[in-house]
Amino acid sequence: MSQAAEIVFDHVTKRYAGRDAAAVDDLSLEIPAGTFCILVGPSGGGKTTALKMVNRLIPFDSGEIRIDGRDIQSMPVTELRRGIGYVIQQIGLFPHMTVGDNIATVPRLLGWAKQRTRDRCVELLELVGLEAADADRYPSQLSGGQRQRVGLARALAADPPLLLMDEPFGALDPITRVRLQTELKRLHREVGKTVIFVTHDIDEAIQMGDRIAILREGGVLAQYDTPDAILAGPADAFVAAFIGEDRALRRLALRTLAEVPVEVSDTSKVSDTLRPETTVRNAISLMLESGADAVNVEGRGVFRLADVQELLR
Amino acid sequence: MMGGGGGVVIPSFGHGDSCVTGDHAFCWGWVRDHWGDTLGPALWQHVELTLIAVGIGFAIAFPLALLAHRFPRLEQPFGAFSALVYTIPSLALFQLLVPFTGITWTTVEIALVGYTLVILFPNIVAGLRSASADVVEAAHGMGLTRVQVLTRIELPLAMPAIVGGLRIAVVSTVAIATIAATLLPDGLGYPIFLALKEPTPFKTEIYSAGVLAVALAIGCDLLLVGLRRLVVPWARASA
Repeated sequence: MSQAAEIVFDHVTKRYAGRDAAAVDDLSLEIPAGTFCILVGPSGGGKTTALKMVNRLIPFDSGEIRIDGRDIQSMPVTELRRGIGYVIQQIGLFPHMTVGDNIATVPRLLGWAKQRTRDRCVELLELVGLEAADADRYPSQLSGGQRQRVGLARALAADPPLLLMDEPFGALDPITRVRLQTELKRLHREVGKTVIFVTHDIDEAIQMGDRIAILREGGVLAQYDTPDAILAGPADAFVAAFIGEDRALRRLALRTLAEVPVEVSDTSKVSDTLRPETTVRNAISLMLESGADAVNVEGRGVFRLADVQELLR
Repeated sequence: MMGGGGGVVIPSFGHGDSCVTGDHAFCWGWVRDHWGDTLGPALWQHVELTLIAVGIGFAIAFPLALLAHRFPRLEQPFGAFSALVYTIPSLALFQLLVPFTGITWTTVEIALVGYTLVILFPNIVAGLRSASADVVEAAHGMGLTRVQVLTRIELPLAMPAIVGGLRIAVVSTVAIATIAATLLPDGLGYPIFLALKEPTPFKTEIYSAGVLAVALAIGCDLLLVGLRRLVVPWARASA
């Protein structure tokens, strides 16, 4: 199996019986291999429908979806699904199976040898921040955050080139949620798979996504671009309203002091020193708080508040 | 029918023991003497009546429940039919069946099976439904076939409800099967039936057969509780 797959939505439309508006309307989307792609939008935007069309849990009426150039309709449905990791908000762990058996589900379907399955299970538990001993526990003995880690490990078990995630962190408390977001981002850098991630939370979308597809009511694609490009130039009033009026600040939250212009001079006059991985947004917040008009970036030089405007150009 | 001399108070069972002839509250001597010819065989027949009824009942209810699970439209007619059977008093049901199947075990078993169906069918259907929607969706999403979802997910998760249904079916069949004695000289109901027919009902015989029936029901129930622990290992783990 390849490391990551390219996904293409080609004029895909889905209408539910008895409803006028389409759930997904003529959606065309190219997701390059290895991209963390977010589907975001208000409810009724068809983002979950679009996601579930990829593993054919929801059939569509017209158009084509291709994974690495292969039409998904041309593959046997179970083969297609075994090659795609699937994570849902309710997690859906099998309550009668241990964590280890849950994770081993797809490897067993694929007929892996026992030892290989066991080794993979241990490797995955470590990857998602659990312990090897957790393999023998039942889902009912785990916390919500631990369960979703197992859900993620189970989805990654057979090393699929594509991961579908349907609001995976929606039911978690804010602290667990932020921790798992950070770890998923790290994991994505490590394993380099294509991820399609559904959320209704624009903050999560901006923080997690390499690319964001914003869907509006009726399943129409409003904009598809990088977070920075969307924040810098919302396609229309709907997108602008959806991403919020503080979009300039959101953009600054995407940048760190490692990438800002600095002056290498008179550091003695600047009282505060910040690390380069601090976000520009946080740096500005600190400057506003302390009344300073510049901060020293550790190992780089002086960053001035007056230069912020230039960053957004 | 058992033979016996005319004028004795307890014609069939009298050894002349004063406990028996005086019909005291409970005579251990009588139980000892008649275990081999009365109580033992009756108990064994009762076990047979129950096992056959629950076995056949399960063999019918299980595939019907699978069908109803697969095609939900079938559940109502199946359920309504078996509930209808349940409303017929068992004594009446025996008599209704006699013209067709005669005074035989078949008649008794048809009635008993009918009652187990009412209990087993809805329990198995409910059990199959106890896998939550997200669990089933995750299973399909991971590429399990429909049959794999049934055998690996839905059936194991249905086990608590299925065993629960079996417990009720077994216990109630043990009780209902005593009525078979109105038709046949078999089962634990028969000693009770005979004792009641005496001019003065013989207490020891009624009590001993009754206690055996209760003990049988409790014993079967405990066995099934043990079975449940075996087939539902995950329930023990939740703490």
